[in-house]
Amino acid sequence: MTAPTPARLTREFPARYRLEGGRCLACGAIVYPQRLVCPACGGREFAPHRLSNRGTVKTFTIIHVAGSAFKQQVPYILAVVALEGGGTLTCELTDLVDQQPEIGMAVELQFRRVQEDGEAGVIAYGHKAVPL
Amino acid sequence: MRDVFIIGVGMNDWGELWELSLRTIWTQAALAALADAGVDHVDAMTVGCMSGGLFVGQEHLGALLADELGMAGIPATRVESACASGGVALRTGFLEVASGISDVVLVTGVEKMTDCSGDEATAALATAADQEWEVFPGATFPGLYAMMARAHMATWGTTREQLAMVAVKNHGNGLHNPHAQYRRAVTVEEVLNATVVADPLTVLECSPITDGAAAVVLADGETARRLAKGRPLVRIAGVGLATDRMALHNRSDLAALPAVTKAAQKAYAMAGITPQQVHVAEVHDCFTIAEIMIIEALGFVPVGRGGPATQAGETARGGRIPVNPSGGLKAKGHPVGATGVAQAVELTLQLRGEAGPRQVEKARIGLAQNMGGTGASSVVHILEVIP
Repeated sequence: MTAPTPARLTREFPARYRLEGGRCLACGAIVYPQRLVCPACGGREFAPHRLSNRGTVKTFTIIHVAGSAFKQQVPYILAVVALEGGGTLTCELTDLVDQQPEIGMAVELQFRRVQEDGEAGVIAYGHKAVPL
Repeated sequence: MRDVFIIGVGMNDWGELWELSLRTIWTQAALAALADAGVDHVDAMTVGCMSGGLFVGQEHLGALLADELGMAGIPATRVESACASGGVALRTGFLEVASGISDVVLVTGVEKMTDCSGDEATAALATAADQEWEVFPGATFPGLYAMMARAHMATWGTTREQLAMVAVKNHGNGLHNPHAQYRRAVTVEEVLNATVVADPLTVLECSPITDGAAAVVLADGETARRLAKGRPLVRIAGVGLATDRMALHNRSDLAALPAVTKAAQKAYAMAGITPQQVHVAEVHDCFTIAEIMIIEALGFVPVGRGGPATQAGETARGGRIPVNPSGGLKAKGHPVGATGVAQAVELTLQLRGEAGPRQVEKARIGLAQNMGGTGASSVVHILEVIP
């Protein structure tokens, strides 16, 4: 069900592959992904804004029971990451070696394979966080 | 706006009901509510259901279920707001009676969750979160609440033991509810040592997969008084519905539920009461952390004190503000679309003094709080008994 179709993947490329969002021209809020109305002020004009790939962990969990697309990966760490200069996202936190995840941890977003082949037979890529 | 009363309540025995279909469990609850109200016809009905389509492959539930009840012809509307579908169906019925469009409305909720595989149920529940930006990168529903739990622990010092005490309390209450899915006590040790679903939450901190339905009959004042037959009248004194940013990561405070606060403030204002005047509450404890965050958001305890208040027994049946005497979602079960309606069933029984061994003494004002997703929608109803 969550396996994205080729059409959906393609339209999500700018945000998913290149971390493209927007900066509200009225209030400066960063939106990610791009949208039509600013949730902070209702503004409708945006300048293109590419998110920083550096940020910090706001909270995290270690998922032991996963949906079908992630069954092979348990246990895995999922985190909310706040990026430098604005924008937040939910992503996996990975590549921890002799390190425990913690709130406040400095991380970098890296381009990774996110989901196994879905029903449509396509591989879905996106970003995961790794410790800096 | 007219006064609106709950004149009849009903629900079926909740659990994994493999031998019964969605339409059958729904009809059991509807018939029980109609019998309790003493009516054989209604002007309209609403059906709260999160996802008939994903759980059993059936949509168009308004028409299907009106037909099943032998009432094909009446206006029937399916209402959806994820896990808050039942509560929002109640609000929809309230508005219909309050506006004068209908005098008697049957409000129902139903979810049939065991006709599909566990994976399919997990995926269906995850549609209450942002599919593109939370579920795609790997979020599960327990995972999102686990992240809220960790934020609350980091911000307020809430402990795992305090979280576990929510499950212990609600399982204890569920022992006395004949409709509950689980009638079994658990200990703090059992909760903490159970299988981890999403760290720090264990399986005994998560509400279960449940088949179940619930129904209430709403009526205007004249009809309610005519059908009271000596029973106390239960009035819906306040209603509030609010929303929040959909994705958890877009909220400024991951340890708070502002939609619950907004919905409650609307309901308190309409009812003309303060949180301290509530005698009994049914709240959306889909995970242990949820109840702790909700009692803070409702103003029952100061922000950040949900854990210590639970530990001190303030929310126990004999405590300062009894929460989830029915057993809550945790023990009673959580057929998502039915939950919000079942909360109104429980409060009505409590306010009438018909709750048996789980009766909260001298309960005259009750509050029901139902929540969708990770708090992106929440609905609050305040009920009062008129002796």
